[in-house]
Parts: sequence; structure tokens; C-alpha cells
Amino acid sequence: MTPLLSLERVHRSFGGVRAVDGAALTVAPAEVHGLIGPNGAGKTSVLNLVSGFLAPNAGRIVLGGRSIQGLGPDRVAALGVARTFQSIRLFPDLSARDNVVVGQHLRRRASLVAQLLALPSARAEKRSARETAAALLERVGLSDRILEPARHLSYGEQRRVEIARALGSAPRLLLLDEPTAGMNPPEVRAVAELIRKVAAEGRAVLLVEHNVRLVMEVCERITVLDFGKVIAEGTPAEVARDRAVIAAYLGSEP
Amino acid sequence: MGGLLSSLYETYQSTLAYMALNSLLALSVYTSLSCGQLALGSAGFAALGAYAAALLTLQAHWPFPLALSAGLAVPALLAVPLGLPVLRLRGVFLAIATVGFGEVVRLCLINWEYVNGAQGIVAIPQKTAVWMIYLALGVVLFFLARLRGSKWGFALEAIREDEPAARSMGIPVARYKLSMLVLGAAMAGLAGALEAHFTFMVAPNGFTFGRVVDMLVFAVVGGARLYLGPVVGAAFLTLLPELLRELAPRVGIEAGPLRLMVNGLILLAVILFLPSGLVSLPGRLRAMRAARSPP
Amino acid sequence: MGQQAVNGLFLGSIYALFALGYTLVFGVLDILNLAHAAVFMLASFLALVLVSDLHLHLLLALPCTMVLAGFLGLLLERVAFRPLRSRPDSNIAGLISSLAAATVLEALALEVFGPNVARFPFGTLPAEDPAHPLHLFGAVVSRLQLTIIGVAVILFLSLTFLVKRTRLGREVRAVAESPRAARVLGVNVDRAIAASFFISSALGGAAGVLYGLAFNSISPDMGRSVELKGLSVIIVGGMGSMPGAVLAGFALGLTEVFVVAHLGGSWRDAVSFAGLFLILVLKPHGLLGAVSPREA
Repeated sequence: MTPLLSLERVHRSFGGVRAVDGAALTVAPAEVHGLIGPNGAGKTSVLNLVSGFLAPNAGRIVLGGRSIQGLGPDRVAALGVARTFQSIRLFPDLSARDNVVVGQHLRRRASLVAQLLALPSARAEKRSARETAAALLERVGLSDRILEPARHLSYGEQRRVEIARALGSAPRLLLLDEPTAGMNPPEVRAVAELIRKVAAEGRAVLLVEHNVRLVMEVCERITVLDFGKVIAEGTPAEVARDRAVIAAYLGSEP
Repeated sequence: MGGLLSSLYETYQSTLAYMALNSLLALSVYTSLSCGQLALGSAGFAALGAYAAALLTLQAHWPFPLALSAGLAVPALLAVPLGLPVLRLRGVFLAIATVGFGEVVRLCLINWEYVNGAQGIVAIPQKTAVWMIYLALGVVLFFLARLRGSKWGFALEAIREDEPAARSMGIPVARYKLSMLVLGAAMAGLAGALEAHFTFMVAPNGFTFGRVVDMLVFAVVGGARLYLGPVVGAAFLTLLPELLRELAPRVGIEAGPLRLMVNGLILLAVILFLPSGLVSLPGRLRAMRAARSPP
Repeated sequence: MGQQAVNGLFLGSIYALFALGYTLVFGVLDILNLAHAAVFMLASFLALVLVSDLHLHLLLALPCTMVLAGFLGLLLERVAFRPLRSRPDSNIAGLISSLAAATVLEALALEVFGPNVARFPFGTLPAEDPAHPLHLFGAVVSRLQLTIIGVAVILFLSLTFLVKRTRLGREVRAVAESPRAARVLGVNVDRAIAASFFISSALGGAAGVLYGLAFNSISPDMGRSVELKGLSVIIVGGMGSMPGAVLAGFALGLTEVFVVAHLGGSWRDAVSFAGLFLILVLKPHGLLGAVSPREA
């Protein structure tokens, strides 16, 4: 089966530092793929490369058969990619619901003329966008306080809003950057469940995480990075057995 | 008696006209502020609109609505080649570049003999009635109100709060920023054209850096987060000098410095204590009262 | 040609002094201080008062004015900038706050000194001796020009020493790099910022006095044109770069003089904006820039 996403010998340096060093990675459609590695291994750089925030110095990034390296984040998003950020980047003054409405930008269909003239079609569209947002928030387990400014929500709640917002554009590839950082165990389980459901809908998930147990449970395949290089790739069982991985990383399980 | 009344009305009329004109100009700065851009080229845009319309009325004898449309279109078109390179600059750099643009326009007009250089064009027929300015303002406000809650409005808010995050949602940030700059340019141009046909004249010294600073002050004092803010700010700060002019002799200060001082103090008070402007005052008072009442 | 060079140098040194103040504050706080031109203007008036009413010699009045201007800068920092430091949009808020302060200061000047142009009294500067003209680079230079260039050079050297060799200078540079890191390292960030404002305003004040002397004209709106040119200078030189401000200041002075000589006076002001646009479009970091002008 042709992969949905593939990185081919991707290099990215900052100054003299090789953040990503000849990385190769593939994600199949509707696959949950984990990306783990010690701090500074280059995981977030990979996400930034895939989502268009960085351009590689060399190599190709292919999404659905199309080269996307060098395209800006908005063009990549339009091709069906959505992401969350390691340091949460919600719009602080917008409510949780409005944050998710923004996430639906690519799907909202009202024409500018209809909006400017306040035609019934535009008003209906506005209403349905809000309803969809509320529904997405319910999926991530948030139904009250969704009208308060996002900065009033707890850390765990904000992370969940970010996921709901990313789902707003109905992406075929969802990039999650440490979505469970700072969450308590019940919240982590809820996120795991959510990821499974998202994949069941036919969306692929590329999950960067420090919580190795979560990754082992939820992912079908895992890629391990260290110093920007791929040191192992395979099913959770294979990766857990891999000596290079154990040496580099799994010894320091959180 | 009739003479006194008519001269009273004339002064009153001018203040009313300027409340609406200044609202339009303040809104032209607001459109860019609403997506987080401090673009201060409106004095230049207003000058372009004013001169274009005045020339078309005087030299080509165009009917007024067409001249006004040109006053709207010329700056809007010029905003595109300006915006493309300049909107990539952040914060203060964008502000400086757009101020520079306004100054370049003014300098070119001063040095252009065809439009009488520094003396400007006079004897423009007075075709603007006060109701026309309010009509233009009303139409602009109607459209700005419609934008809220729409896909467009949400995108602008997102860009203002976190540009990279907005990009990651597929929002074509550059395109939106340029659209808002063009929209602001059109509004400033229209205001300039209307003003030219109201005061019979245009001159380069009516479009200085100080003028665009005034527009920014109107927008900030009124509130730059809501489309009504600039209108409130403009109306308030246009009326204020009239009141101060009455007050000045009683306090023993010259009217000019008093107006400037009061403007400066109001702006300082707003930016320090009420950053979302005067329009946010009712909400703030409500919140304070709610916090004080027992649970 | 040599004459024009001298004229350009002397004009340029004033621009450079003024721009240094701007760029210092921007480098440290990431804020454009639009009240700088108002301090420039007020300092000129203060010097006038010291010389004509208190009969101080110019060589005494200048440092006094600089100190007074420095204190004005401290006041500005305390009232208009410090309260905004914790805000997320602190640089735009700071710009607007500085605008407010500038307006208040200008109103003060208008009220106290009136709108008309004032001049330094005759004899403030020792008279020229036509029998023994002074020379610099083969051109005739007036006592006035020599004084101004001399003062400017002394101030540049002092500033360089201050920034590179003293502890305060190191602290200011640390805060300019990263306030958080500087605080962790034990730097008193508040004091470093206050010091930057003091120095910046003192330099702006010096520029104001010299400008008033050079053009023999002091008025409440004298800051206007210099303000915008100062912005061009710091952009061309690179925001936050002090050597850049000096370099670009001199470049502007020289270019303006040449343009006026060959193209006529009305295009003089266009030089600064042409430079501004070229740099912003071609090399936004400026010639020696330290701060990034583009979005992250």
C-alpha cells in the first residue's frame, strides 16, 4: 500500500547542529505511528518539517504522492495535515469553542459576499460551524466552560481543546506533539482512546511522545530517533527488543 | 440673527463632518490592527484618494460619485505593491515602513508642480454633504459588523493572536493581511476624497505623520479590538477640542497646548489602565461590580 | 567637495547621536521610543534657558542639559514603559505609550515656550575669526561645526568605553540579549533598563542642543523631521546596532548634503526614505543589524 506520508533522506541543520540527519519515515493511511527518542533527538523538528514550518536542507517529504517540502504551513494544512504544538498554542482570548471554529477554517464554505450581506446561508453556516465545534469538544471530553476564554482552562483541558481544534479541518494526517505532557493517568487514557477512534475514522496519526507506555499501547508502528538519525523502526514489540533503542533511550523510561 | 445662526450651524456642521471622517480614517488603521499589523500608511492613502478625486473633479469634470470611486480605488491599487514586500516585516518595522510610505507620498506631492506643490489645490467644489460621510461610514460599519463570526472574521482574530498557529490551520495569512491593508487604503482614500470636497482644498501638509498618528490614537483610545472602538475614539477626540476650546480661557492655558496635553494624557491613561479602549469600559465596570458584590 | 564632506560630517554627527539613543532603547527593550524626539526638543529649550537666563557657558550648559535629559528619560521609563513590560504586546503598547508621553511633553513645551522659533543668544559660541579660518580635511570649517563634530566624537568614544569596558555596559548588553538570562545571572534588570534610558535620553538631549546650535533654531516642532530621519538611520544601520547607527547617521548626513548640492533642497528629505525602503526590501536587518525584522 502506498504510504500517506514519507520522508526520504531528510536533512535539516541549524547553524552547525544537525537536527534531522538523513531521516526516513513512512506513515500509512489511518495508521497510528509513534515517534520517540531522547530530548533533542529531533522529533519536533520532524513535525515542523512535515507541517511546513521548516524546509529541509535536503531530501523529500511526500504526502499522498505529492512533494510538500518547502510549502508553507498553510499550504500543507490545505493538503490535509493538522497539528498540535508542544507548548500549547491556543488563541488565548478566544473561547474554547471559537478556537475550534478557527480550526474549521478550511472546511467553512460560506462565500465572502454571502458573509458581507448577512445572507441566510451565511448565518446558517455560522451556526453549523459552532455546533460542529461543540460536538468536537464533546468528543475530547469537554462540554462545559467552552465559552470561556481559552486561557482560563486547565492545562489538560487546553491540550484537549488543541486536539479538537486540529480535528476541525478533518485532516487525513494528524500530528500530535506531546499531547499528554502534564496530564494525569485518566486523562492520558482518554487521549489514547481518542487516538484510536480518530484512526478508526481513517485518519493517520503521527504521535510524538515521551510517555513510552502510551506509545507502545496505541501505536501500530514506531520510529525511534536519536541525534536526528533513525535508529530503529517497526512494531512496538520489535522496537522494544531493539538493542540500539534500549541503549539509547529506553533505559531512562519516565 | 440669521447670520449668527448660520455661522453656528457651520461650525457645528464641520465638527459633525469630522467626527465621521475621522471615524473612517481611524477604521482604516483598525483594519490592519484587527489582524495584528501596525500599518500606518493611511495618511499617504488618504492623500492619494484626496488628490485623485480632486483632480478628476477639477480637470476631467467627472461626476462626483465617479471621482469618489477613483479616490477609493487609487490607494487600494497602490496598497498591493506596497503590501507585498512590507507585510512580511514584523511589528515596529512594518510601522516604520508604512510611515515612510506616507512621507514619500507627501514629499512627492510637495515637489510636483502640476498639483501646486506645497500650496496644494484650492477651489474644489463643495460636493460633500455631511449625510454622505455618514452614509459611507454606515456602509463600512455594516460590513465590518458582518465580518464578526464569519470565517473571515475568525481568521483575522486568529492571525492577531498567534500567526504561526493560524497558518497551521490553513489560513493564508499573507493574503488576509494584504486584503486588510487594501481595505484600509480604500477607506482612507474615500475619507480623503470626501474631505477634499468638503473643505474645498487639499494640500500636502494635511497628510503628515502627525495625521496618521492621530488616526492611531483614535483607534487605540476607542478600542482596537472591536470595529465600534475607532468610531467611539474618533467621535470623542473630535468633540473634545471643541469643549476644550471653551474651557481653555477659563483655566488660563492656550487652547492648542491644552488639547495636545489632554490628548496625550488620555492616551497614556488608556494604554496603561484600559488597554482595550473606551468601548471596553462598560464591560470592565460590570466585571468590577460583579467582583465586589457578595457571592 | 571637501567642503561638502565637512558639512555632511557635521550634520551626520547630529543624526548619529540622535539615532544612538533610539537604537539603544530598541536593542534593550525591543520598543521604539517615540518620545525620544520630544526629549531632543526639550533639551534644546533647557540649554537655551541655561545659557540665556542663567548665563551658563555653553561648555557647562551642555553636560547639565544632558544630565537633565537623562533624568527625563528615567521618568519616562518609570511612568510610560515599566508598567507595560509584562504585557504580551509590550512593543506596540510601548510605542503608543511613548507617543502619549511625546504628546504631553510637546504640549508642555508649547505652553511654556510658545510656538515660535527661539535662538541661542548671540555670543553663545565664540565668534569666528575671519583672518584665521580653521581647516579640516582641506576645507574651511566654522568653530560651530568643529565644536559639534568634536562633541559628537567625544560622546561616541565615551559611549563605546561605557558599553565595552564597564560593568554597567556589560549588564546592558546582557539584558539586550535576553532579560531572562540576565536576571538569572544576577543582573539587576530594572537598573540596566533605567540606565539605558538615561544614556539614551542624554544622547538625544546632546543631539538636541547641537541641532539647536547648528541651525540656530529651537521650536516645539523641531523634533518632527529629525524623528523620522532618525528612524531611517536606525533601520539602515540595523536596529539595535550602535556602530550601525553611527555609520548610517554619517552616511545620511553626507548623502543629504550631496543631494542638496546636486539635485536641490526639496529632495533632501527623500534621501532618508529612499534609503529606508531600499534597506527594508533588500536587506531588512540593516547594514550591521542585530535584531530580526521578520516574523518568526
